[in-house]
Amino acid sequence: MAKKRVAVVGTGQTMHKSHRPDVNGQELIHEAVKTALADAELTINDIDAIVIGNMDHFEGINYVDCWSVDGSGGWMKPIIKLTTGGTTGSTLAIGGYHMVASGLFEKVLIIGWEKNSESDTTGAITTAFDPIWDRLVFAGAIAGLAAEGMAYMTEFGITDKDAARVSVRDRKHACNNPYAQLRQEVTLEEVLASPMLSDPIHLLDVCPRTDGACAVIMASEDVAQKICPTPAWVWGTANRHTYTYVGDLNLGEIDSMKYAAAELWKKTGITEPRKQIDVIELYQPYSFAGIIWIEAMGIIPRGKGAEYIWSGATDMGGELPINPSGGVIACNPIGATGLIRCAEACTQIMGKGGARQVPDVNLAVSTGFGGCFWTDILLYGKQKPDF
Amino acid sequence: MARGDHLVISSGDAVQPFNYAVGLHGSKFFHELKENRRIVGIKCPACGKVYTPPRRVCGDCFVENKEWLEVGPQGVIDTFTIVRYAFIDPETGKQKPVPYGYGFIRFDGADTRFQHFVELNEARPIKIGARVEPVFAEERKGTIRDILYFRILD
Ligand SMILES: [Zn+2]
Repeated sequence: MAKKRVAVVGTGQTMHKSHRPDVNGQELIHEAVKTALADAELTINDIDAIVIGNMDHFEGINYVDCWSVDGSGGWMKPIIKLTTGGTTGSTLAIGGYHMVASGLFEKVLIIGWEKNSESDTTGAITTAFDPIWDRLVFAGAIAGLAAEGMAYMTEFGITDKDAARVSVRDRKHACNNPYAQLRQEVTLEEVLASPMLSDPIHLLDVCPRTDGACAVIMASEDVAQKICPTPAWVWGTANRHTYTYVGDLNLGEIDSMKYAAAELWKKTGITEPRKQIDVIELYQPYSFAGIIWIEAMGIIPRGKGAEYIWSGATDMGGELPINPSGGVIACNPIGATGLIRCAEACTQIMGKGGARQVPDVNLAVSTGFGGCFWTDILLYGKQKPDF
Repeated sequence: MARGDHLVISSGDAVQPFNYAVGLHGSKFFHELKENRRIVGIKCPACGKVYTPPRRVCGDCFVENKEWLEVGPQGVIDTFTIVRYAFIDPETGKQKPVPYGYGFIRFDGADTRFQHFVELNEARPIKIGARVEPVFAEERKGTIRDILYFRILD
């Protein structure tokens, strides 16, 4: 158990875009840091430690913990880097939580960033996979996801139209989010008519490539409410990895999500996640995940996800809105993406969501996913946890 | 400042080759493939799971695998996709041969899936549950390319 309870007291994001040639990595990072400090009404002098990360091969420049200190505020402070591929952003949030929960640091600044425009995304992702066994047929993140979608479709008889409904939802929600890269509604017909990238995934079923950064400040219970009147308390975190080679995966259901979510619900006393949780920021890089992964999360029984999506329950105004921000399909600066989910879930708790605010959020969830099919999951509450 | 003032500088065409150890178990797999056109797996003494590709430790049980088995060469497609979007393969610097069938193949007798190319053939469309067999390269070098692709049998 944590020695100190921990809360998110401030968040900041850049205005995410497909290409930011106007700034280098350090300058991009600084934009998010400055915004988060302003949100928490803190200065860099108040920060005790920094945890930062991205996915190394996207820019081909390692050691961001070192070269970004002027932008991050890390000059002469304890700073460490975490990088776990697609889950980098959510791993950063979990790492920052561990640092504050340990009692060793009172206020920690957490930074995730990526400049996807600086290299070829598929080429960079390939470097995360085994050179002997995985790379011959490997085709970036999309093909593995497509194989998952294909397995699930075949088992439960859903179609690409069911998945398209998820994409329509998220792209509509994104119109309410000033930070999102893609803010344009699409129709079911447009999703289905968009080019087939890798059966059964169409172009409009998947995330874009984005340049962007996100920063989150976590503080211990000793100071959290002095900094922020309504902080987002971290109730718990969990994560799981399940495989060595991609062929080891149980494609069609996501075991890492199943086990991570089950552990998180157990240790935070959640017995009926669908009823108890008010909003989810799901790291959902393609539309089918919006069906398959909420089943693995225990929100809805296996095989019932599509029906639940069509009911409108996960739309704004529904019983459990998912991705009020528009999610990953609307914006994906990879090393920041999982941390944006954290920032957005906490924004909902704090009531600062503006046009994308869900009313009366007491419990919010954010997740992280890596192309290697691992899962991070975090639960936040408006109330300070009593455990 | 005008937009043209934001400079972007290319890293150029430099390449950095790597030399990867295949390991004890992978080396045996490729030796059998090259010399005998045989597919081998390895069984966990605790849970009985048969791994292809073979590896030293069963991660679930965290015990050392010892028992080698011959699996396949036929198998079944557990799941697949048809990759259609064009992209440069960073392993070769050339475009991947799109469209191509990307199969997750469970060899008869194995529990994990082997990833490889699957033929696209209108007469025998790729589908989950289809039986397949490897088509071996005439000249084999001890790499995954010693299998050219998997042929659909039904
Ligand atoms: Zn075992």
